[in-house]
Amino acid sequence: MSDPIFRADSLAVTYTSSRGPVKALEGLSATLGQGEFLSVLGPSGCGKSTLLKVVSGLLKPSGGSVTLRGAPITGPRPDVGIVFQQPTLLPWQTTLDNVLLPVRTLGLDLEGGRAKAMQLLKLVGLDKFASHYPGELSGGMQQRVGIARGLIHDPALLLMDEPFAALDAMTREHMMMELQRIWMAAGKSVMFITHSIPEAVFLSDRIVVLSARPGRTIREFEVDLPRPRTLGTMAEKPFAEHCNALRALFSDLVKFD
Amino acid sequence: MSDRIRTFLYPAIAFVVLVALWEAAIRVFKVPNFILPTPYAVLEALQRGYIEGLFWKHFFFTLQSMVFGYALGCTLAFLLGCLFAESRTVEQTFLPYVVALQSMPKVALAPLIIVWFGFGLESKVVMVALVCFFPMFINTAVGLKQTNPALLDLMHAFSASPWHILTRIKIPSAAGHIFAGLQIAVVLGLIGAVVAEFVSSTKGLGYLISAAAVNLETNTMFAALISLAVLGIAGSLSIRFLHSRIVFWDKGSASQTAATE
Repeated sequence: MSDPIFRADSLAVTYTSSRGPVKALEGLSATLGQGEFLSVLGPSGCGKSTLLKVVSGLLKPSGGSVTLRGAPITGPRPDVGIVFQQPTLLPWQTTLDNVLLPVRTLGLDLEGGRAKAMQLLKLVGLDKFASHYPGELSGGMQQRVGIARGLIHDPALLLMDEPFAALDAMTREHMMMELQRIWMAAGKSVMFITHSIPEAVFLSDRIVVLSARPGRTIREFEVDLPRPRTLGTMAEKPFAEHCNALRALFSDLVKFD
Repeated sequence: MSDRIRTFLYPAIAFVVLVALWEAAIRVFKVPNFILPTPYAVLEALQRGYIEGLFWKHFFFTLQSMVFGYALGCTLAFLLGCLFAESRTVEQTFLPYVVALQSMPKVALAPLIIVWFGFGLESKVVMVALVCFFPMFINTAVGLKQTNPALLDLMHAFSASPWHILTRIKIPSAAGHIFAGLQIAVVLGLIGAVVAEFVSSTKGLGYLISAAAVNLETNTMFAALISLAVLGIAGSLSIRFLHSRIVFWDKGSASQTAATE
């Protein structure tokens, strides 16, 4: 693997709450290579939203280090694209204008941005919906607009926070296929936060497994299934083996007490 | 028969039946005119008022105090609502006073406002502004604070300025709440105008009602009440229209605000 584009070393984040300090992350380590698809898989309460804030520069870690493109992350980073669990689009703006939000906010070239936005909308299969409003789109379509928005300013890293969690099961499978296609076409480095084992196995090159709060890296997994993976892949034995290995890890990890 | 026709026809039938019952009740129970006027007497008063023209100056006086007071109160409330939502210090400093003022019935201030601002239009405008202020203020502040936190994270990640976030993200996000505030303020503002006119005035529909009461001219009182209802309905409908036009993405909220009144 070439030099990693992103690296977290024994990352720790401690919040002060009204009940005293809360450790959200403690000893999270991960690397992400150029063009790699990395999933961060953990039980709920593994501090995934904290990780998102640290990587996008909104929260300073209390220990350890995070670097992006060789430089430590010390403040808001415009070279990170974020896709949220909910589409979080502006309902008063058209699909095209929503995709252009980062371009407008960052003060980038609007003409070039428009052409790029149309390309991205074509990539996510929504070029016919450029002048529609989010309220006129389905949940899956809105989430694809969110992905196009995450890519518009050509970020070094695309951060995805359980982007399919709010979708129904069928749309979800479809979106997994779509995301693989988009990722393969766009060639971006992706950090994909999820609770879903099959989703992580299907999409990832590598999986970092986090423990429950405070989140720390307990295992790293290579997923060597050939690409492009199809829905048929999920019915095959190697896929099931990967999933079972991860599941076994979690059954040791999560104590139902 | 289509649902659309029925929504107009059924209330129309109910109106005719009610007016007939009203007329019949007066004849059967021999209710004197100074207690309850006949529908015809009310119609006559309206005709005298609006065709011969005696009511117009009162109507316009109330309309004027309503429009100016509403604009003043809602604008101030919007600006201060933004300030409250944006600055934690401002909120912490003034919140107890806002709560105290809000809990007080604003109409109780009417006599004081007359003392301070005189018997003319100014005191009515101030009174209307005062009662319009709170619903608009609270709705603006609450609406701005309910902006999707993920969206704010996104904007912060792009280092967007607070002004940029307020004007491009928070205010449009709060538009539904803000219009709900505007809607409530219409109805309350009209109450404020009438109360101020009751306390002391030489003009206005409220004045007309209290002056007619002295002479037991119930038909004039009814005519003035109908005029006030028309003002209130026209105001409410205008705001609802603007709401559906401006906040076009906020489906179904126009009917929701009606329920909060």
